[in-house]
Amino acid sequence: MAINKNGTGYTFGFAIVMVVVVGAALAATAISLKPLQQANAADKKMMDILGAIKVDAQRDNAKELFAEYVTSRVSINASGTQVAVKQGEVNATDATDPFNIDIKKDYRSHKPAKGDLTWGNADDLNFPVFECQREGETYYVVPMVGSGLWGPIWGYVALEGDMQTIYGAKFDHKTETPGLGAEIKEDFFTVKFEGKTLAEVGPTYFSVLKGGAVTNEHSVDGITGGTITSKGVDEMLNRTMGIYLKYFNNEQRAQR
Amino acid sequence: MSTDTTTAVETKRESLFSKKNRKLLKDPLDDSNPITVQVLGICSALAITVQLQQAVIMSLSVLFVMIGGNVIISLLRNLVPDRIRIIVQLVVVASLVIIVDQVLKAFQPDISEKLSVFVGLIITNCIIMGRLEAFALGNKPGPSLLDAIGNAMGYAWILLVVSIVREIFGSGAISLPGMGQVKFLPTSWFISEGGFYENNNLMILPPMALITVGLIIWIQRSRNQALIEEN
Repeated sequence: MAINKNGTGYTFGFAIVMVVVVGAALAATAISLKPLQQANAADKKMMDILGAIKVDAQRDNAKELFAEYVTSRVSINASGTQVAVKQGEVNATDATDPFNIDIKKDYRSHKPAKGDLTWGNADDLNFPVFECQREGETYYVVPMVGSGLWGPIWGYVALEGDMQTIYGAKFDHKTETPGLGAEIKEDFFTVKFEGKTLAEVGPTYFSVLKGGAVTNEHSVDGITGGTITSKGVDEMLNRTMGIYLKYFNNEQRAQR
Repeated sequence: MSTDTTTAVETKRESLFSKKNRKLLKDPLDDSNPITVQVLGICSALAITVQLQQAVIMSLSVLFVMIGGNVIISLLRNLVPDRIRIIVQLVVVASLVIIVDQVLKAFQPDISEKLSVFVGLIITNCIIMGRLEAFALGNKPGPSLLDAIGNAMGYAWILLVVSIVREIFGSGAISLPGMGQVKFLPTSWFISEGGFYENNNLMILPPMALITVGLIIWIQRSRNQALIEEN
């Protein structure tokens, strides 16, 4: 029996079979590689957190260094109250472990309104804080996430023991313009944050100013040609710091 | 078995390394090079040739997708309905690329990050779709395999040469996957350390890739006069 290769029925049949076969093959690949990819993502996260306190970690030693420097992992809610504290080894399957809080995902599902510096709708979210010890000093590393020009931007900022002075910062992005907005991940931009302090009162705790502006202790110069990305860094800092500072003010300063 | 294959038709079983098949492998390296002669796949060639290790991984990825795509389409060539053949090619290429991307994320996360969107963009690499449409749809799997290897290699050697030039002059280093970047110039040579040498930052920027490709085309055409168009 000859099959009409150009018949509509054959075409549909071919398309359906093809989609099923391809779909199954891709699903199998994705599922079988997922554990490795998640381990890589966790290593990368540890490297970023360590990078904020200027510990240069590589993929192969990220776990050991993380265990060495990060003394406890705290999660807080949007009003700055402590929710959970974990110490010791990171448990990848424990959803209450602050390390496993995916603030990028939370940001996508609870996107604040444009220009909203308070993240008004974050009431049911938890935020992680990483307490680190390095050479006798205490540092608090806080993750943050926001929007650049083309897609998400994120970063980790390390505060010194006074919970006000920025010790180090590390930013990254998904799809910012190379040479312009993408420069936020480069050292020349992040070193500008070091030693600067957060303002005591909000809602503007820190500013990333438009290129060439005069900066003070609460602001840094933005990236020329990367205005919208710089503004994204500014918004993300203020929005998340607003929440973290509540916690630092409530909990930590009270202990002193 | 006859080695004279100039008159061979598909009825005769020809050796995999007959003259015609060797031509399939050799031509894309020079006479019909996808990058320097056909000027396809330029986008990725400019973007990811800053470091040799990225170029190596990219070349291997393209090699894999090219071979997989050509062989699969060639095997299916009598089954694919004409009206949806481009979509079928696209689906085959896209799934192979996704597999490559997933494997890189799992085993080479750092390089995968640097290649970023360019692995995904292999889907739209004209070399691959071009070979599927022009060759694999009309030929047996054997020759299609050779054609794939030839074209992927033609793409790869340009990428490797460009990235070696750019990395040596732009970063004073050479990098290979799994070995990291090896800086072979003594640090005391650099101006910042009181020496006389400075890396050429222009080499790191995309325009210099275009110029390097241009130089390769120049050298290639001066050696191979047949490539020069008459005006």
